[in-house]
Amino acid sequence: MTGSPGDGARPAHAGRAPSGTGQGTATIDGPLLQLRGIGKSFGPVSALSGVDLDIPAGQVTALVGDNGAGKSTLIKTVAGIWEPTEGHIIWQGRQVHFRNPRDATEAGIATVYQDLALCDNLDIVQNMLLGHEVRRHLLLDEVSMEQTAKQTLKDLRVVTVRNIRQPVGSLSGGQRQSVAVAKAVMLDAKLVIMDEPTAALGVSQTELVLDLIKRLSERGIAVLVISHNLTDVFQVADRLAILYLGRLVSVGPASDYDTASAVDLMTSGVSHRTGNGGNGGTARTFDSGPEG
Amino acid sequence: MASKNREADEGAIGMTDFVPGSAEEAAVVASAPAELVAGSVGEYARIWLKRIRSGESGALPVIIGLIVIVLIFQVKSSLFLSAGNLVNLMTQAAFIITLGMAEVFVLLLGEIDLAAGFTAACGAVIALYMVAKNYPWWLAVIVTLVATGAYGALQGFIITRLRLPSFVVTLAGFLGLSGVLLFLISATGSIGNGGVIRLNSNVLNDIEGGALSATASWIVMIVLVALAGLMMYLRDRRRRVAGLVAPPLSITLLKIAVIAIAGVVVVLVGNTNRGTLLLAVRGLPWVVLVVLAILVVYTVLLGRTRFGRYIYAIGGNAEAARRAGVNTNRIRVAAFALCGLTAGITGIIYASYLGSISSGVNGGQNVLNAVAAAVIGGTSLFGGRGKIMDALLGGLVVGVIANGLQLLGLSASAQLMWTALVLVAAVTVDALTRRGRSTA
Repeated sequence: MTGSPGDGARPAHAGRAPSGTGQGTATIDGPLLQLRGIGKSFGPVSALSGVDLDIPAGQVTALVGDNGAGKSTLIKTVAGIWEPTEGHIIWQGRQVHFRNPRDATEAGIATVYQDLALCDNLDIVQNMLLGHEVRRHLLLDEVSMEQTAKQTLKDLRVVTVRNIRQPVGSLSGGQRQSVAVAKAVMLDAKLVIMDEPTAALGVSQTELVLDLIKRLSERGIAVLVISHNLTDVFQVADRLAILYLGRLVSVGPASDYDTASAVDLMTSGVSHRTGNGGNGGTARTFDSGPEG
Repeated sequence: MASKNREADEGAIGMTDFVPGSAEEAAVVASAPAELVAGSVGEYARIWLKRIRSGESGALPVIIGLIVIVLIFQVKSSLFLSAGNLVNLMTQAAFIITLGMAEVFVLLLGEIDLAAGFTAACGAVIALYMVAKNYPWWLAVIVTLVATGAYGALQGFIITRLRLPSFVVTLAGFLGLSGVLLFLISATGSIGNGGVIRLNSNVLNDIEGGALSATASWIVMIVLVALAGLMMYLRDRRRRVAGLVAPPLSITLLKIAVIAIAGVVVVLVGNTNRGTLLLAVRGLPWVVLVVLAILVVYTVLLGRTRFGRYIYAIGGNAEAARRAGVNTNRIRVAAFALCGLTAGITGIIYASYLGSISSGVNGGQNVLNAVAAAVIGGTSLFGGRGKIMDALLGGLVVGVIANGLQLLGLSASAQLMWTALVLVAAVTVDALTRRGRSTA
């Protein structure tokens, strides 16, 4: 059940999403990640059904929805926590099966969960290279690891961290988030998934993290952000994908939405307001089957 | 990737541009190693003091505590700081120190091994039985360490695979092994007659009983200090060459000087005649070298290898380690195996100290003393924080109290109660400084 190139033959531009990405900076042929008819059930309970979503490189896609809409279920499917019960995942034009998080990480999908998964007792360098330590004469090569970590932070312009040998436990929330993201970037992630990155942060820390997200997309990395906070979403997202009760009800450029229409879609699955004209990508509901 | 204008940010990452006395500086020094922030010896001392005030005291409280306790005993009895008694102290404290080092591995994971005292005793029985049967001493040592290491691995396996609390599993090990000890000694038949097996090997007896010659003591210490100094110098130089922040040369030299002074003092004590005028006894006991060797090997293992890094990571956040691809179960089992193996070494040192092993070994008190030693030295019971050096410093504190109170003619009851007070004091100091840090 490993990845095979076969099913990826479906034309990359079949989806409606790229047509609306006028401001897009992506230069590759098709979207980096394509989800086709993704469904996930837990016993009789269907948490997701028929989700078709394209994630282009170099853009920030925000996944929004009310509690229980299936946001976490969807990212966990992409991150390899579990396999979808139906549908398939096409990664860089090839159909793939992520049987565990490691498969997804190796493919280039890094997930930054809300708990960040940092060791408070280790310093920034040690955290960033955890599991990927560099060795020299069988011993850890602290010098080259510190250089790598320093360079990555510099590239991401994470300059509020003043000493990369301080324990992560002594950092602020935004700095911790930055370290977690830098850790993902260092593993050559092509897609970074962030789960509620600003949920627990103050104003200035939120700003820090949103800047970082923009910088990731500038570097050609695809970012998928889950958020409740529409203010943050509109500040940073290029595209919006709205989930309602396990279905993707709307997807399109962020400029096609305003807060009111997004809230309507999140809470009822439909919106009759104006301001979301765009490409007609809004306010569509799906059946569980694939749709043209 | 870095464009020119980003180079300007380098300073901030390189942490060289803070304003002395600013709030930012306070935040940096509270968490960064002083040698990486300081530019001169004076600044180093200033930052160091600031770190201590903000709760990052490191080994300082235990060293101050040790000095205070030593001074008290010296005032009460002028014999305390005599060469004879100090060498005596080294041999007495050795097995508490090594058993404490065994515990550090599992304490770092947030686990505990209550059975280690009896693992040591059972290991000693194996070793002493084999040398009594005229097997070579080295074979006896190897078999002992394999057996105790395997037992530790078994405990670790049960704890990780069945997800049982180590407290309960090793408590069962504690009870079970105290029974195994009785069984093994009686099973040796005539060798363990009366519940005691005598140590029938000159080499193993010499660990605690023998000493290097005075000249050899000097040579060994000089070589050790030179090697340590060279390593520190090369490491700092490599950081400097790589353009990373490195301590100034003066601080590197200062540290080497401190190590050299400690080495000279230890050798001077060991080489002072502690026998009579007619029969001079000089030289460092072998056990000092054994303890130093274990200290160096384990410090490198914990501080400079992936295995060590993963132990800290698991102790800090096991889920983070797991997601980073660390095989946490294997690391945990290996840590318990190392704990068992080190307990085996302890058993041999203990038997060498006593000249025998008996069914009356108080493995329970030994292991609790060892855990106390590690905690007094600064190792956390909750995992993620601690060093092998902690067991050495803490073990010296426990050993000094036992030795000093014995010298003053106080009973075992007083010794136990004083050790208890020091343990509580050590944990209190640790908790208070920590609280200072979190509110700083």
